[in-house]
Amino acid sequence: MPRNHDIKSVLIIGSGPIIIGQACEFDYSGSQAARSLREEGIEVTLINSNPATIMTDPVTADNIYLRPLEQKYIVEILEKHQIDAVLPTMGGQTALNLAIDCDEAGIWEEYNVKIIGVDINAIQTTEDRELFRKKMIELNVNVCEGRIARSFLEGKEIAQEIGFPLVIRPSFTLGGTGGGFVHSKEEFDKALTRGLHMSPVHEVLIEQSILGWKEYELELLRDNAGNIIIICSIENVDPMGVHTGDSLTVAPAMTLPDTVYQNMRDLAIKMMNGIGEFAGGCNVQFAVNPDDDSIVGIEINPRVSRSSALASKATGYPIAKVAAKLAIGYNLDELKNAITGSTSAFFEPTLDYVIVKIPRWNFDKFQGVDRKLGLQMKSVGEVMGIGRNFQEALQKACQSLEIKRNGLGADGKGFEKQEHILPGLENPSWNRIFLIYDAFKLGVSLRTIQKLTKMDKWFLYQIEELVELEKEIEKYSLDSISRELMLLAKQKGYADRQIAYMIGALESEVYEKRKEMGIRRTWKLVDTCAAEFSAQTPYYYSTFDEENESVSSDKKKIVVLGAGPNRIGQGIEFDYCCVHGVLAARESGYETIMINCNPETVSTDFDISDKLYFEPVFWEHIYEIIEHEKPEGVIVQLGGQTALKLAEKLNRYGIKIIGTSFEALDLAEDRGSFSDLLKKNDIPYPKFGVAKNADEALEVCQDLGFPLLVRPSYVLGGQSMKIVINEEELEDHVVRTLRKIPNNRILLDHFLDGAIEAEADAISDGKDVYIIGVMQHIEPAGIHSGDSYAVLPPYNIGDLLLHQIEDYTRKIAIELKTVGLLNIQFAIKDDKVYIIEANPRASRTVPFICKAYQEPYVKYATQIMLGEKTLKDFKFDPIKKGYAIKIPVFSFDKFPNVNKELGPEMKSTGEAIYFIDDLRDGFFRKIYSERNLYLSR
Amino acid sequence: MQEANRKPAVLLLEDGTNFKGSSIGLQGTSGGEICFNTGLTGYQEIYTDPSYFGQIIVNTTAHIGNYGALDAETESSSVKIKGLVVKTFSDIYSRKTADSSLQKYLENSGIVGIAGIDTRKLVRHIREKGAMNAIISSEILDIDELKSELEKVPSMQGLELSTQVSAQEYYDYKADNEEFKVAVLDLGIKTNILRSLKERNCTCRVFPAKTSFEEMQQWQPDGYFISNGPGDPASTKYAAETVKKILEQEIPLFGICMGHQILALATGISTYKMHHGHRGLNHPVKNLITGKCEITSQNHGFSVSSEDIEKSEVVEVTHINLNDNTVEGIKVKNKPAFSVQYHPESSPGPHDSRYLFDGFIEMIKLQAVNT
Repeated sequence: MPRNHDIKSVLIIGSGPIIIGQACEFDYSGSQAARSLREEGIEVTLINSNPATIMTDPVTADNIYLRPLEQKYIVEILEKHQIDAVLPTMGGQTALNLAIDCDEAGIWEEYNVKIIGVDINAIQTTEDRELFRKKMIELNVNVCEGRIARSFLEGKEIAQEIGFPLVIRPSFTLGGTGGGFVHSKEEFDKALTRGLHMSPVHEVLIEQSILGWKEYELELLRDNAGNIIIICSIENVDPMGVHTGDSLTVAPAMTLPDTVYQNMRDLAIKMMNGIGEFAGGCNVQFAVNPDDDSIVGIEINPRVSRSSALASKATGYPIAKVAAKLAIGYNLDELKNAITGSTSAFFEPTLDYVIVKIPRWNFDKFQGVDRKLGLQMKSVGEVMGIGRNFQEALQKACQSLEIKRNGLGADGKGFEKQEHILPGLENPSWNRIFLIYDAFKLGVSLRTIQKLTKMDKWFLYQIEELVELEKEIEKYSLDSISRELMLLAKQKGYADRQIAYMIGALESEVYEKRKEMGIRRTWKLVDTCAAEFSAQTPYYYSTFDEENESVSSDKKKIVVLGAGPNRIGQGIEFDYCCVHGVLAARESGYETIMINCNPETVSTDFDISDKLYFEPVFWEHIYEIIEHEKPEGVIVQLGGQTALKLAEKLNRYGIKIIGTSFEALDLAEDRGSFSDLLKKNDIPYPKFGVAKNADEALEVCQDLGFPLLVRPSYVLGGQSMKIVINEEELEDHVVRTLRKIPNNRILLDHFLDGAIEAEADAISDGKDVYIIGVMQHIEPAGIHSGDSYAVLPPYNIGDLLLHQIEDYTRKIAIELKTVGLLNIQFAIKDDKVYIIEANPRASRTVPFICKAYQEPYVKYATQIMLGEKTLKDFKFDPIKKGYAIKIPVFSFDKFPNVNKELGPEMKSTGEAIYFIDDLRDGFFRKIYSERNLYLSR
Repeated sequence: MQEANRKPAVLLLEDGTNFKGSSIGLQGTSGGEICFNTGLTGYQEIYTDPSYFGQIIVNTTAHIGNYGALDAETESSSVKIKGLVVKTFSDIYSRKTADSSLQKYLENSGIVGIAGIDTRKLVRHIREKGAMNAIISSEILDIDELKSELEKVPSMQGLELSTQVSAQEYYDYKADNEEFKVAVLDLGIKTNILRSLKERNCTCRVFPAKTSFEEMQQWQPDGYFISNGPGDPASTKYAAETVKKILEQEIPLFGICMGHQILALATGISTYKMHHGHRGLNHPVKNLITGKCEITSQNHGFSVSSEDIEKSEVVEVTHINLNDNTVEGIKVKNKPAFSVQYHPESSPGPHDSRYLFDGFIEMIKLQAVNT
């Protein structure tokens, strides 16, 4: 069936603020869907409260509603626009739940809106554990033994029946919230109470445990004619027991024979057909018994998911884009494969490479958190590594994580004692993969490691082989290592830095040595078809093989460095900035090259840049791309600290940094020189000092006086930042910090107790400065800016002080020779404005201001950075009406034992925007009156 | 490390292109037509498929050997390929039910292979230059010397191979509850075709490739099946003659792959050698009769002429390939005879097309009612 021409206007529901279990993958799917529908001439209306998204940008949609995801706002939209259909499958469980609410309230019917891309009954069947079980049994699909409990007593009875170990899964919760394994009677009561409490309908499923079975996911697409394709198979290296969002996963499935895979494919198709009729995407999860290859159906999600974003990046097949087309009536055989441009979209991608996904956790942010992984997702982001083999992909993923490791092993950071390693193999946490490596290094047998981890032996062999290779290489030096061995190490993904560690040389020496040996990166295409057809799309990954497919053009080019994995303090906002940077450079006639490793993002959509290198934002990968492409320069100020911290080395290697120079970036970070600059300009700042150790800190504090704000330099999101009130606390914190981040310098600022906090973002071309927005925080100083409610423009800062803020911002921007974006944080105490810090880069609040004022500031800043335009070329015309409030959003429900107090260390995972007309607004009054509630030190 | 313990090996193509890698399987020298298969799973089924007889297979998937080898997952009694080219080869495996490692299996089957070469470069080369002969050796590493060995490998065009892989004498593949009798002309049949017919209560009598129509007819079958097989269909004229005679009867006939090409030849449609063929588990086919699409398992280097069919009054197209619009299925007008180019028995591959076997059974039932 061709497109349904009755649908002329579609409403897409977004997923709201980033929380654990629902991250920027839905910005990727939402914006893909929006573009896909607009291509068809359909008017797209979007609702999402998350301002840091590309989907809510005028480049993506016709009508944008930055409103809370609630029924009344849906009604508001339907009153205003003639909406023909709603597409609720692009915004995760949040969007589906809202669509169900509206459906139950009869809203869609009242406004004559068709629900497309999903079947409401299908959502009910898949979200309600008992209905799901019944459906599967009806379809003849094996499921785990289990029953629903609606009361404590009922739960106890069921547990007695099934026996331990068992699983508790609360109904209708996100990312497995409140679920968990129960190994014994003793743990059961508490777990059951919690599960019942977490479920909005007070209901849990108690199920037989299949801990240790192999776990798989399939991503499906189905059209109105009932044609189904499997886009990707994903195998979880962590077997059953760890939430798939927290698992290390690999695609395609590595250890499945065709017979078992085809059975699984048949089951997936049967399950999708069984739950309802709809055209769109679907994710199905299975467990396979390693003893006899029997398969059990675990879960089915009738929507685009985190895994489908991963599958899209893993295969090159744009699932959300195609799903949107199917929702408006197209059939798969009527669409083309976007990558080849010539073959059919009805086909199943095949890979000639391997991808590995590793989640990124932020346990360090939450004191007292339970770091054990289980049924409930705890990670905040993820990275993907692409390689020609599993080992290379695994190493590249480890290099992408930015956890101060150079990859897997061979960096001197492994554990060396069994008692540190073995418990972590059995009880998985963020570092299990590293511990497996350490265990092999120590000589622990594969048998024991397999027994503890229950991982498929094949994966363990792969790691064992890496360890063997490390041991072999260690026998040589820079002069004696053979070309064969060097090549093997590179083909298995070891970084130059790791090889340098093994042979006792410098990273640069290893690089030079292998260059001499002729061992250079080549780049291969991700083309959906294992080279069977020629492809149009420049989506590359690097490897060490014979043929290079990435042809460097002679156009003028710009490299934009991405922000790597999402984490607290550096999230989707920076991806928003990177995407706009790319689009602006493209518009200015540059060939744009994106380098990033986060599969959830829009920046790694192959449609965004002229060339996408899906690579770790890690020195050697970037440097070799730059050597190959020879760009005019590199934009580092849009990709957060990830990109920024590479500036020094880029500068050292003579690579041009676009916009604000490295010297200026460095000056802003260097407390000494920066305060000299402030002093010279008569700009006040809190008294401060720098210390290298506890002794120095104790000395410095005499002069500064308490309270003191203590933090390491060059960190992000207020990591290890604390306010201390006496010498004892100071010493304790300095010792702790230096243990975590050795060889760093500690900054001590006199803390302005009770001060009002404000921040400003500005664009500068080096001559002129334009302040795009000033925000006042609602909480007093002491809470990290990312965790504060911020009001744009300020609500009770007097004109005089506001002028001072603006004046200081201008002065600092000029003094730092800023070319591009700049963010400055202020504290106001006793009618005096102090500078807390200046960051000459895109900040977390830039997208928020762009959305509130409806102006493309990142685009302007990029054009200025490129030297294409000056500030005078732009006509600024912000829409200023009432106030916009930035609402921090937390994921504390995932960490029940964690103190919810806020302080100088950032803890929020996302944000929402909320517009008010005036300060009499009830919401504003409420948060203002509660401003001291969560304050900690 | 597995790599460190392997002997060097080379792969030489007819046009002089060569790759240096390491030896897997048996050490030795082996030549054939080189072609690539894009399937992610099912390597053992591929290697034992008689249609690959005389060919060197390049697996495009990154890893081969991970789940070992299992005697039950074969498509004929022995490995049929001439040689194997892979990127990363695993002699260690994790599947608990497996019988041996793939390395051991290949060694025992006498298959010479090469690993660790840039298979993607090779595939792109074949995609551009087309199918050609090649040779793998871990004995003769000198390219010039190997060239003279390669010259001895016969060209696939015009090559008759079915008689080499076909049954030498007829045998029965009995159904547990026999309802129908199907005479199978074995041009190199895959076991899963027989399993698929058996599941549908057909007892199959599998006849050697050159069996005459009369001999098969004597068994009084309810239907005829013309199997897949290796080589150039145009050189398998004897089979086309047999099919012509079957078509004179009103007894249902079903052909797969080479069987499809033979049905075409028997009805006056010509076949041609494709540039580099279709080999993989993800080929999109549209059924023009139902409008439904199916993901199919394919393995063919020859195809039937769509121009000829357009002109034909006897034959019509039932299935097409959505990637390149080549003919994937035909039926004979007013006759209970049809065939497909792809593999509905799909071992390896998706099970989307099993309905064709049901269709064949329906045809047999209908014929029984009519006569």
